[in-house]
Amino acid sequence: MTIAQEQGTVPQVVPVEIGKARGGPTDKSTLRTDRWWVSPAVTVTVLTSFVAYATFAAFQGKDYYVGAKMHRNLISPFYSPCIAESCQRVAGSHPLGIWASFWNFSPALLILIVPLGFRLTCYYYRKAYYRSFWQSPPACGVADGHKNYTGETRFPLILHNVHRYFLYLALLFNVVLTMDAILAFDFPGQGIGFSVGTLVLCVNAALLWIYSVSCHACRHICGGQINEFSKHRIRYRLWKMITPLNERHMQLAWVSLIFVALSDLYVRLVASGIIHDYKIF
Amino acid sequence: MTEVTMNIWRGDSNGGNFEQYKLERVEGEVVLDVVHRIQATLAPDLACRWNCKAGKCGSCSAEIDGKPSLMCMTRMDTLPNDTITITPMKTFPIIKDLVTDVSFNYVMARQIPPFTPGKPQPDGTYRMQQVDIDRAQEFHKCIECFLCQDVCHVIRDHEVNKLYYAGPRFFVKLASLEMHPLDTVDRRALMREYLGLGFCNITKCCTEVCPEHIKITDNAIIPLKERVVDASYDPIAWLGRKIRRKSKMTAQEAYELAPARVAPTSLDGIPATAVED
Repeated sequence: MTIAQEQGTVPQVVPVEIGKARGGPTDKSTLRTDRWWVSPAVTVTVLTSFVAYATFAAFQGKDYYVGAKMHRNLISPFYSPCIAESCQRVAGSHPLGIWASFWNFSPALLILIVPLGFRLTCYYYRKAYYRSFWQSPPACGVADGHKNYTGETRFPLILHNVHRYFLYLALLFNVVLTMDAILAFDFPGQGIGFSVGTLVLCVNAALLWIYSVSCHACRHICGGQINEFSKHRIRYRLWKMITPLNERHMQLAWVSLIFVALSDLYVRLVASGIIHDYKIF
Repeated sequence: MTEVTMNIWRGDSNGGNFEQYKLERVEGEVVLDVVHRIQATLAPDLACRWNCKAGKCGSCSAEIDGKPSLMCMTRMDTLPNDTITITPMKTFPIIKDLVTDVSFNYVMARQIPPFTPGKPQPDGTYRMQQVDIDRAQEFHKCIECFLCQDVCHVIRDHEVNKLYYAGPRFFVKLASLEMHPLDTVDRRALMREYLGLGFCNITKCCTEVCPEHIKITDNAIIPLKERVVDASYDPIAWLGRKIRRKSKMTAQEAYELAPARVAPTSLDGIPATAVED
C-alpha cells in the first residue's frame, strides 16, 4: 500500500509543463566542435557497401557453390540453407530436405530475410542506422533531423519487438552454417582435409554464433527476465556468460557482418575460377 | 600562461545571448573552477547551480561545447579549443544563465509505483540473496544529474513527448524496481502505455553522457523493452501465462499505485496532436 493510499488521499494530478522558454541558442543544430559526424559517416559507408555487395551477390544466383568438380564442398553463407530446387546439386547443402519447387529466382533471395531481419531488428544496428541513416539523432547533442517523432510506438517500427523470433530463426541458420563448415572438411575424391575455404567457413560460423548469442534478446531469454537468480542457478550462469559477450555486441555485429561478406566473396572467387582454394593439409 | 575564452550563455526566460570572458588558464582546473573565477572576478551575477564539486551531487549539469556534462568533472585540459562554450541544459526551461528548472523530472518520478514488497517472512523480516540484488546496484549509483534526460532527443527535440515519456533516468529507476526480487508490482504495461518506453530508439546517448558510467541502455532500457515484449508482444509468453494461469497487471492497476498521475495525458482524452510540437 502506498503512502497516499494509507493516508486515504486521492492520487494527485500533477501537470507536466511544456512550451516554456529554454536557454541556449535556438538557431544552431549543435554546439559540438568535435568531429561527431565521423561515426555516422563511417556507418553509412560500411552499411551501404555491405548492402550493395549483398544485393549483387544475392541476385547473381551462380558461383555460390564449389563442388566435386574442384574437389571441394564450399557453399556461400548467403545461400545457406540452400532450399531452392536448383540447390539439389549442392552436396549435403542442408539437412532439412525441404525443396522450394515454386522458387525460380536466386536461392539467396528465398532465405536472406532471416539474417536481414535479425540484423535489422538488432538493438545495436537499430542504434547505428537510427543515428546514421535516419538522423534521429545523428549524434548526442545534435538536433534530430525530423520534426515529429513517435519512436518505436507505431507501425512499422513497433515490429522491432519481433527481434527474439528472428533470433530463434538465426540460431537455426547457425546450425546449418555450422554443418556447412563441417562439410567443408570433406574434399570429394580426396578424403578429409583442411583448406583456406574450410577455415573461412569455420570462422564465419563461429563469428555468427558469438554474435547471435551475444544478442540482448538472447541475454534476456537465458536469464535476464528472472528476478531471483538464486533460484535459477543454471540460467544465472548462462546470463553471466552472455553478459561479457553482450558488452561487445557492437564489435561482434561489425566483425560478423564484414566476415560473412568476405566469406561469400571467397567462395565466389573460387567457384568462378579466379582464385584457387589452397589446401593446407 | 595561456589564455582561455569562456563563451557563456547569459539570460533568462525573456531571452539571452553569449557573453565572452577571457581568463588565464590555471593548471588542474575543471570547468566549474573557471566559472567560479568568473563569478569572483568578472561577473558576480552569473548564475550556476553547484554543490559538492566531486561529481556526486549532480547539481552542476550543463552543456560544454555542446555536450551535456558535469562542470565539476570536466577538466579544462581535456577541452582542445581555446574558446569553450557553456550553455544551460537545453531540455529544461531556463531560470537564469546556467540554471534550469528540472521539475519535469520530479513530476515524472511521481508517476512510478514505488517498491512494494510482498508478505514478510514468519519472523517479520525480508531476506534476499546478494546475487539477486547485485544487478540493481549499478542503477543505485544514479546521482540524478539529469544529463541523460537532457541529451535524450525524444524530449530534447520533441518537447510534446514530455507528456508521455518518463526518460532514461526513470527507466533506470523502473529497472531497479522491476528486477528487485522482493517487489510485487508489474509495471510492464504501465511502461508501454503511459511511460513511453517505446519512444526510446536506443541510440545510447544517455549511456554516453552518464557521469556514473551506468550502462543505461544495455542494462536498464533494453531489458525493460524485452520484459515489455514478454508481456505484450510475444505469443509464446502469452501462451505460457495462460497455461500457468498467471495474470499480469494492467497499466491502470499499476498507475493506481503511483503517488500521482501526470496530466494531461491520453488517459484524459486529450490526444497528443492537440499540443503543438
